[in-house]
Amino acid sequence: MLLHSSFYRLAWFIASLAFAACLILIWDRISAAGLVKPIFLPSPGKVWTALVAGMWDGSLLRATLITTARTLGGWLIASLIGIVLGAVIGLSAKARIYIGPTLEALRPLPVASLVPILIALMGYSEQMVLSVVAIGALWPTLLNTVSGFQAVEPRLYEVAQVLRMRRHDVLIKIALPSALPEIIAGMRVGLTVSLILVVVGEILGSRPGLGYTILLAQRTFHTADLFAGIAILGLIGFVTASLLNMIEHKLVYWKH
Amino acid sequence: MAVLTQTQDSGLPLWLRGLVLPVVVIALLEGLALLFLGPENYTFAAPHAIASDLIHLLSDGTMLMATYETLSCAMAGLAIGGLLGVVFGVVLGLSPTVDKIAHVSVEALRPVPPAALIPLMLLVSGFGFQMETTIVAFTTLWPILVLSRSAIRHVEHGLIEVARVLEFGFLQRALVIVIPSALPRIFVAVRLATGIALTVAVAVEIVANPRGLGYGMMVANQTLHPASAFAYLVWIGVVGWALNAGLNWLDGKYFARFR
Repeated sequence: MLLHSSFYRLAWFIASLAFAACLILIWDRISAAGLVKPIFLPSPGKVWTALVAGMWDGSLLRATLITTARTLGGWLIASLIGIVLGAVIGLSAKARIYIGPTLEALRPLPVASLVPILIALMGYSEQMVLSVVAIGALWPTLLNTVSGFQAVEPRLYEVAQVLRMRRHDVLIKIALPSALPEIIAGMRVGLTVSLILVVVGEILGSRPGLGYTILLAQRTFHTADLFAGIAILGLIGFVTASLLNMIEHKLVYWKH
Repeated sequence: MAVLTQTQDSGLPLWLRGLVLPVVVIALLEGLALLFLGPENYTFAAPHAIASDLIHLLSDGTMLMATYETLSCAMAGLAIGGLLGVVFGVVLGLSPTVDKIAHVSVEALRPVPPAALIPLMLLVSGFGFQMETTIVAFTTLWPILVLSRSAIRHVEHGLIEVARVLEFGFLQRALVIVIPSALPRIFVAVRLATGIALTVAVAVEIVANPRGLGYGMMVANQTLHPASAFAYLVWIGVVGWALNAGLNWLDGKYFARFR
């Protein structure tokens, strides 16, 4: 029975791969028929050649590694600050009353609008890019952590009181696991935001990385390189999000 | 109620306590600006200078024009992306077969960061309304698709049975039964996507597109007018907040009770 269902899943996966291949084939036919100028839409073969060539001579590979490192680095800093701050605010009723409304008022602020301010503060530097990412990706994690800690079932705290658990144990054994699903949901949004802001930061700050690579490709009309860069950025987004999903399944095993 | 009983120590009403922090921070910044901010400063600005620039930019129409430019792109993009997202989401939600077949294609396109499309759209359509709107549409399409798909799946099974008994076709089933009952959840997706649309529009303006609030902010920055740049930041915050508050109000009035 189990074998049966996994066989079906594989069959469907292959079918959906075939569908994606069909779409690429249509793309290939469109560019072969000259419906769209090749400068706007290069053929999939050209994009693949550009991708392989860039990986082979190391330029694209280096840019990919730098961009991935920046994304993960900024995101980790943001998540750490977000969880610690969020726990402090979420656990204290006083902090919630005094800080909560300000956080809620700042929630809809588009993070990208902080970029010019940070450029004025730090110039077009590596710190600027990292700060943009860290500050931008901080919000979803922070807000979700606050509401995660707030939503802990009050009876669990009463149980802890009856058991005379220490504050530290209450935090680690009761509050954190109960808030974890929401924290991870916030971190997932933060990860998406990080990748976007890394690209924004690289383009604005002309820092080496995929964002800068695709900007150069556009300026020199190397559209195949541009598409290759976009494809890798999509792949980075996909792989990092899948990894986070796997970690979530391990950490929050009781929910699945 | 629990919150009320815990905090009887202070005499201030609840809503006022939320104002304490921003007021203190603004007063502190004003004080620091008075003490340390010289005339040769191009990074920071005193709160009173920001407020006066904000009033000036609003009253001479610059800010309102920029707001119109940003919002028109954000809303047009949201309309296109939202429409496509709802249509695809409904189709994928109603038909598990189509959903499974489209799986790889959707998952391959969804994670592309919108900022990566800025150079591409610059090449294809140049500066202006079209490039910004396209990028907003691409970005908002995916969350709306995913959330409408799950909204459709959450439609009560009994209703689908009713449609089957009445021998509705696919289109009739979608329009008469499924979409109306999934609407409250789809609205949540739209609310989320509105915030994303504004963020992406401002980001595109900051990075490349010479129009709207984001560009105004960059220009203020590059011409060394920090007070104006901060005034734009404050105004962008106000616009984001107002959009969000408006959608929350709509949600509470029409949709929340059906969830």
